[in-house]
Amino acid sequence: MVLGNPESHAPDRLDELLQPILTRWGSAARNLVQILREAQEACDWLSPGVIDRLQRALGVPRAKIEGVAGFYAFFYTQPRGRYRVLFSDNVTDRMLGNRALLDRLCRQLWIEPGKTSEDGLVSVASTSCTGLCDQGPALLVNGFAVGRLDAARIDAIGELIRDAVPLADWPAEFFAVADNVRRADILLGSAMAPGDALRAAHARAPSDGMLASNMRSWREGLPRGVGGPDALLDEIKRANLRGRGGAGFIAGLKWEACRNAPLAPGQQRFVVCNADEGEPGTFKDRVLLSAHADLVFEGMTVAAYALGARRGFLYLRGEYRYLLDRLQAVLARRRAAGLLGGNILGIPGADFEIEIHVGAGAYVCGEESALIESLEGKRGTPRNRPPFPVTNGYLDQPTVVNNVETFAAAALVALNGGDWFRAIGTGKSAGTKLLSVSGDCARPGVYEYPFGVSVAEVLADCGAVDAQAVQVGGPSGVCLAPDEFARRIAFEDIPTAGAFTVFDRTRDMFEVARNFAHFFAHESCGFCTPCRVGTSLLRNLMDKLHDGHGSPYDFAEIEKLNRLLQAMSHCGLGHTACNPVLDTIARFRPAYARRLEREDYTPAFDLDRALAPARRMTGRDDPGAHLQTVAEAGGESGASPGCGAREDSEGGRV
Amino acid sequence: MSINPGFAPSFSLDGRQVPFTAGQTIIQAAAAAGIYIPHLCYRPELKPHGSCKLCTVKVNGRQASSCTLQAQAGMVVESDTDELNDERRALLQMLFVEGNHFCPSCEKSGDCKLQATACELGMTSPHYDHFFPSRPVDASHPDVLLDFNRCILCSLCVRASRDIDGKSVFALSGRGIGSRLIVNARSGRLGDTDFSAADKAASVCPVGVILPKRRGFAVPIGERTYDAAPISVVALREGE
Ligand SMILES: Cc1cc2nc3c(=O)[nH]c(=O)nc-3n(C[C@H](O)[C@H](O)[C@H](O)COP(=O)(O)O)c2cc1C
Ligand code: SF4
Ligand code: SF4
Ligand code: FES
Ligand code: FES
Repeated sequence: MVLGNPESHAPDRLDELLQPILTRWGSAARNLVQILREAQEACDWLSPGVIDRLQRALGVPRAKIEGVAGFYAFFYTQPRGRYRVLFSDNVTDRMLGNRALLDRLCRQLWIEPGKTSEDGLVSVASTSCTGLCDQGPALLVNGFAVGRLDAARIDAIGELIRDAVPLADWPAEFFAVADNVRRADILLGSAMAPGDALRAAHARAPSDGMLASNMRSWREGLPRGVGGPDALLDEIKRANLRGRGGAGFIAGLKWEACRNAPLAPGQQRFVVCNADEGEPGTFKDRVLLSAHADLVFEGMTVAAYALGARRGFLYLRGEYRYLLDRLQAVLARRRAAGLLGGNILGIPGADFEIEIHVGAGAYVCGEESALIESLEGKRGTPRNRPPFPVTNGYLDQPTVVNNVETFAAAALVALNGGDWFRAIGTGKSAGTKLLSVSGDCARPGVYEYPFGVSVAEVLADCGAVDAQAVQVGGPSGVCLAPDEFARRIAFEDIPTAGAFTVFDRTRDMFEVARNFAHFFAHESCGFCTPCRVGTSLLRNLMDKLHDGHGSPYDFAEIEKLNRLLQAMSHCGLGHTACNPVLDTIARFRPAYARRLEREDYTPAFDLDRALAPARRMTGRDDPGAHLQTVAEAGGESGASPGCGAREDSEGGRV
Repeated sequence: MSINPGFAPSFSLDGRQVPFTAGQTIIQAAAAAGIYIPHLCYRPELKPHGSCKLCTVKVNGRQASSCTLQAQAGMVVESDTDELNDERRALLQMLFVEGNHFCPSCEKSGDCKLQATACELGMTSPHYDHFFPSRPVDASHPDVLLDFNRCILCSLCVRASRDIDGKSVFALSGRGIGSRLIVNARSGRLGDTDFSAADKAASVCPVGVILPKRRGFAVPIGERTYDAAPISVVALREGE
């Protein structure tokens, strides 16, 4: 609990700050994440006084609010300063020297990383990838992204903070985020006028196949006699459009399942756009939302039309907060143009509204059921499935969740038809794929290719020379070595949400994997035992290897952890958490071998290291305070459970 | 797959045919048929949570939590296999090293489901390095002590307090390895809540977190629940 920490604001001022936020969000507990986010923006932190007021206004237990606030990395229940600086700590930021810049800023501000300055002015810490990998190193200040950091920019930021200059008065170029579109195809090159896809969808006549396959009560929420939705769904299915968020589920089938899900009285269907884009190294959704927001919103509206949905959400990751106002402006423009709201395009009963929710620093909220929990104002833990969102999603009602890129592609399918789309790409992977290219290459940015492009082609296009590895799909994807560069980006070969991170021969692939192990440990939601504990065990193992205390035994341990996490974890985060370590062990073993202290046995306990606290306490660090040898005695430390009658099934540990 | 008298639907569990009624989960049907599946975060009277993963079984070759998955006719379910029991032991080891469990000095020893399940599955060492988290004890309540050192984050107390007692005294906060149980009071102390020793939530903790005060070692070690019978027997007998 906070002792003697003054509220940043006087009590009556708190009411004044919080009331408009509560009003905007209907004082509804299901909007708790949004209310907390805005409350923190207004009050700097979620003080006990803030929580008092929210609890009274929302009528929920205090522990619920604290439980939600405690889940998201960007919510603070301790004062963190008027300036809260978070350095992006993706491996690409590391490669661009972010640690030195963090230290530089801390020195300049006379603070320790992770601590708040005594005058309550500032705190500096790290966060997971902020999606500015093509223009890093990057940081967030009070939630707003600043990229292209160098010593000069850091010094300028230090000065602005010391002088307590309001963020609004900082140089605008600090907050300029470039799109860096390097290769455009149907999506990034689209010049579709807003509304064209909807008009095309509405005009489309139902085809025979669809009528035969699906005559159900899909018309809830839509006027009678509209032929368009049926025909549209048919086109989406014909296009073989597969989800762009990673799993590659066929969008047409998902939409159809949602449309066919029964509705209880008072229920409706929802369309949710997943813009959480948390996979380190991925930033293509950011560029779509920045350059083609209309295409994305149009795709959502197309989906709503096909499903008979009247409400939609865009779940925007907290790191992209800077896009919020622009996106709201696009929505307002679409409303004014009759492309959102009531009777869209003048079609009676075609009503659809889109609300934007902003995340607060949780990778797991990209998992669709965790995302829905977050939309409902809860901790972002994945749900038990079945049931799936298509039948029991937002507020337990049928919900379609798709990736940003999937919706953008759906808009083009509605406009140009399924056959047109299917002709692009490969047999099982229709259309194009956006790749977020970063790391060791001359031209980082977003590249759009028809599916089937080889890794080598992308490397050539982005100007990567001397690549020793490419991480495709981020930490949860695959790590490829040069003999695999002929492989192709497609669901038939390498499926990916789009991260493409290049490492040249100067890079230490062990450190890459260690960075990813830290990422998963930081982002595990903590719901299930294997991932909550296992990701931290894996992180600790990698740190142990890093410190030179590893042995071959640890490889077996990592494999065992991997089997356990794959078998027992509750969601994809746990299932894939060991991938980067296993991939790099398989392909870059020398990077690990160099670190092994012993090739043959396990130093279970390092006596000299155990003496470190004693040295600290006595202020000694002379040779006499060190032991030369590493103890060779093994043995388990700590208590074992009170039952000894059985054999140790694992044969113990050497 | 299943030929059953009376046409009750059934699935196979480790080779035995287990009948079920619509809506029953695998673990419920198994318990009704007298088959124990290890579990920690499940109690029949509370909504299942699916988080500890001890109850993981293989359904048609794929892992699933038996406390949340509804039974379907013809499913082929494996539970008591070397592979699954190995994995369950590893989960138990994780739970032991994640908290601070000094069983010999724990009031719950012998009545503890974590300990008893570890015995049942033959876990004899914690295997992993201990995390030794710092988790202060809360002794503020007149009748009940909270020793968070032993919390396995099963959320049974959260559900019992919310869904049965109608109080919501407990909640989970934090995330990842930093997940923790919190108490519904501005001070964060149990003594400042409406919690009562008579609450359902006071009796559901599988380990030694929520303990009545002034009742140290009333039953001698050696004569406690799981000293008399293993948890596989007690769980079926007591229906928990
Ligand atoms: C840990 C985790 C994180 C995820 N993050 C994202 C994400 O940031 N964006 C996304 O679109 N899908 C993400 N997904 C996949 C979603 O669960 C879901 O499959 C996807 O949004 C469906 O859309 P699609 O079919 O259009 O790909 C994630 C999945 C997991 C397990
Ligand atoms: S696998 Fe990890 S992230 Fe997924 S539910 Fe379990 S703890 Fe949460
Ligand atoms: S206190 Fe007990 S019942 Fe509550 S979450 Fe912790 S282990 Fe489970
Ligand atoms: S008992 Fe099923 S997951 Fe815990
Ligand atoms: S024996 Fe103490 S928690 Fe189980």
